[in-house]
Amino acid sequence: MSETTNQAFAEHAIALTLNGQSRQLNVQPWSTLLDVLREQLDLVGTKKGCDHGQCGACTVLRDGKRVNACLTLAVMCDGAELTTIEGLADGDTLHPMQQSFIKHDAFQCGYCTPGQICSAVGLANEGRAQTADQIKELMSGNLCRCGAYTNILAAVEEALPQSAAKASAVSEGGIDA
Amino acid sequence: MNAKINPPGYVSPVGQPLDRVDGHLKVTGQARYAGEYPQAGLLFGSVVSSNIACGRVLRIDASRALQVKGVVAVIDHTNRPHVASYDKDYEDADSAEGSPFRPLYNDRVLYSGQPLALVVADTLELARHAGSLVRIEYETDAHQTDLMAAQGNAHTAPAETPKPRGDFETAFTQAAITVDACYSTPNEHHNPMEPHASTVMYQDDGSLEIHDKTQGTQNCQDYLHKVFGLEKDKIRVLAAFVGGAFGSGLRPQYQLPLAVMAALHLKRSVRVTLTRQQMFTFGYRPHTLQRLRLGATADGRLLAVGHDVIGQTSRFEDFTEHVVEWSGMLYQCDNVQLTYKLAPLDVYTPLDMRAPGATSGMVGLECALDELAYATGVDPVKLRAINFADRNGNEDKPYSSKELLACYEQGADRFGWSQRNSEPRSMRQGRQLVGWGMAGGVWEAMQMKASAKARIDASGKLTVSSATTDIGTGTYTVMTQIAAEAAGMTPQDVTFVLGDSSLPTAPLQGGSFTVSSVGTAVQQACRALRAKLLDAVRMAHPEFAVVDMEEVGFGDGCLHIRGQRFSYADIVRASSHETLEVQVDAEPDEKREGYSTATHSAVFVEVLVDEDLGTVRVNRVVSAVAAGRVVNPKTARSQILGGVVWGISQAMHEETQNDQHLGRFMNHSLAEYHIPVNADIGDIDVMFVEENDDIVNELGSKGVGEIGIVGVASAIANAVYHATGKRVRDFPITLDKVL
Repeated sequence: MSETTNQAFAEHAIALTLNGQSRQLNVQPWSTLLDVLREQLDLVGTKKGCDHGQCGACTVLRDGKRVNACLTLAVMCDGAELTTIEGLADGDTLHPMQQSFIKHDAFQCGYCTPGQICSAVGLANEGRAQTADQIKELMSGNLCRCGAYTNILAAVEEALPQSAAKASAVSEGGIDA
Repeated sequence: MNAKINPPGYVSPVGQPLDRVDGHLKVTGQARYAGEYPQAGLLFGSVVSSNIACGRVLRIDASRALQVKGVVAVIDHTNRPHVASYDKDYEDADSAEGSPFRPLYNDRVLYSGQPLALVVADTLELARHAGSLVRIEYETDAHQTDLMAAQGNAHTAPAETPKPRGDFETAFTQAAITVDACYSTPNEHHNPMEPHASTVMYQDDGSLEIHDKTQGTQNCQDYLHKVFGLEKDKIRVLAAFVGGAFGSGLRPQYQLPLAVMAALHLKRSVRVTLTRQQMFTFGYRPHTLQRLRLGATADGRLLAVGHDVIGQTSRFEDFTEHVVEWSGMLYQCDNVQLTYKLAPLDVYTPLDMRAPGATSGMVGLECALDELAYATGVDPVKLRAINFADRNGNEDKPYSSKELLACYEQGADRFGWSQRNSEPRSMRQGRQLVGWGMAGGVWEAMQMKASAKARIDASGKLTVSSATTDIGTGTYTVMTQIAAEAAGMTPQDVTFVLGDSSLPTAPLQGGSFTVSSVGTAVQQACRALRAKLLDAVRMAHPEFAVVDMEEVGFGDGCLHIRGQRFSYADIVRASSHETLEVQVDAEPDEKREGYSTATHSAVFVEVLVDEDLGTVRVNRVVSAVAAGRVVNPKTARSQILGGVVWGISQAMHEETQNDQHLGRFMNHSLAEYHIPVNADIGDIDVMFVEENDDIVNELGSKGVGEIGIVGVASAIANAVYHATGKRVRDFPITLDKVL
């Protein structure tokens, strides 16, 4: 871009399902999903730790798959089903992964936590982590500077089966995944 | 706590593994951090940084940036609001000696990455884009950013290092066994996951309500008061949640005054969030060069300890930390000589980072101890036990408690140390060389003045408050537990409020002294509230007018007196007040003065080293910690787990690398500045040994934020030696150094 930024770029209208609700959004073509969530929609549970896809703090679920919202342009999400940390709980009932993170003290400052939890739910959806070592490897896209990895492993290990069961129940319920 | 008043089976909330009281907010994304407070019309600031290390700004051309629609202002040293002229106005509660950095003050460039302009725009994206259009012309001067090259220019650090004792030179020269080795530790950056951010809400009356990423809301308030000449009652600094800090929030960081400048200049609300790259443009743990000289008898008794350190600092401040002290206090030795020098470079001033000083200095001491163990043939655990000191030789005072021998014993037992073959390269697991190493750890158990307020309402709910913060340590939770115990209530009826400069005074959150300082204030406030409750009962019930405090019990949310019980809710309702409230100022007890107070640890590590590739895996760690009474074993364990991960990171990963030609940190991203990921972390076993201490404070608790990291890197280096027979003395231990 240059001074020509003064010219108005066309905003794009997109339609998506966000945390279970249909939303129509007008987004700039260059806006990342992360900035749209945080600045346009005030969904600040999705965190910005690096803005370069290096830390995983911005992990959200797009059509059940975990993605870095900072590396996803919002316009790419037209028609997508998005779940952020704000959409995981069922009313006052926490998702089993959220509950497990509290039980195992799998966070300290809490800043990487939404990304860790979304990533772990995405991992459950993938259904490919069978052992502790696999969980550790497949959760390694999410940095935790407080060093809560031991407890993150314990939390994910415990909640993985229940999360996976929940995911398959949802997909059998007919939601396109 | 009068236990007999409580129902059978009562267990004090202190000592319980309570889940974090703020856990629900954190796992649902409802916890808001400094840069996450919205406001209609909020402006966004993007920082433009220097790309030279030394020189002057000749011209800042913001014309192209200002042409971008939606850009409101570009602020630099030529058009910023008025700021203070004297150094003292820029000092803060964690200042180093010298002239503090002044953002956007004048045309001088003191380091690469220095903020030189702030672009303010309607959106974050516009501000960031417009920032890329700002052109800066410099007059460049020669720079020096290399400690190795500048060590000859080091001067004695302005720190009170312990005076030499005995005759080190003679004792070292005459000792039967000596170790003389040099070690180095690199620059490291804190890199909390949350980048530093400040949201300044400009109020109609010109006052500022600020959400800041800080470890001291009142420190920031005081700083802004002095720098901008604003009355303190016009500045309120809030920090409800802090996404990690590890020391990075001890001093007000530059995004705060920049955001305030913009808010004052424009009379609008402004947010400034640093990028990850800009997280490498302020304080850091400084590079150190160390020389350790140990002299001992043939059977391992220490006769001489010499520890010489050169650390880096900036041209404008002399940053000092307690880096050599530990070598004079952990072990019994009559001949000790500690020196500490600083070499100024064209860099930003270093900053306290988790267990500042100890993390670096103990690398030298505890690796040298291991070298001494091999030189004498004495087992490393036994060597340390032989030289155990029950007095701090630096201060010539006894320790208030020091269950370090129990840490050695119980840690070794848990680890299986007795199975160790001390011969290097003697233990294998398939193609992997197995190394077992250990080290000790020590950190001060400090206490600062702190205040707290306790208020109980007519529904029997207790609110306790203090201006401290919770950087992830669990302050919300442990203060709730301390308050509940002291007030005789359940934690469910207690709320602890923090992170607000308008609350009762609290020190910076750092140094592992929050439980000791703020916890004591909370305890005393809740005790004082008991007296208020009794007064209210005396007023309402004349038959108890002369009852003595000794006859009264407090527990289960009720005051118990001569067979009667009055719930706190009823007491408040019967009083003429809406709430009963008391505020106390707590300070360290005088009885501490005759003692030295510290936490200790013993760390045992197993590494697996691939003989062909030189890759090192820290397979398991046992950390045995003596830190007095543990308020919450769940959150305390997390602190130690985190500390151990930091130690692994220090040993294996972290190093901010300088391009000396450009005078700039070059690996300024989370892809290139390496910290551990989940798969890097093996089994970590944390144990707290029993340690009773009625001197350190009434809680008997010493704090656990730092002790977990201390000694870990040395234990790993020692294990790598045991595995490979190779001493790596320059950290981090990357595979090129192992091969």
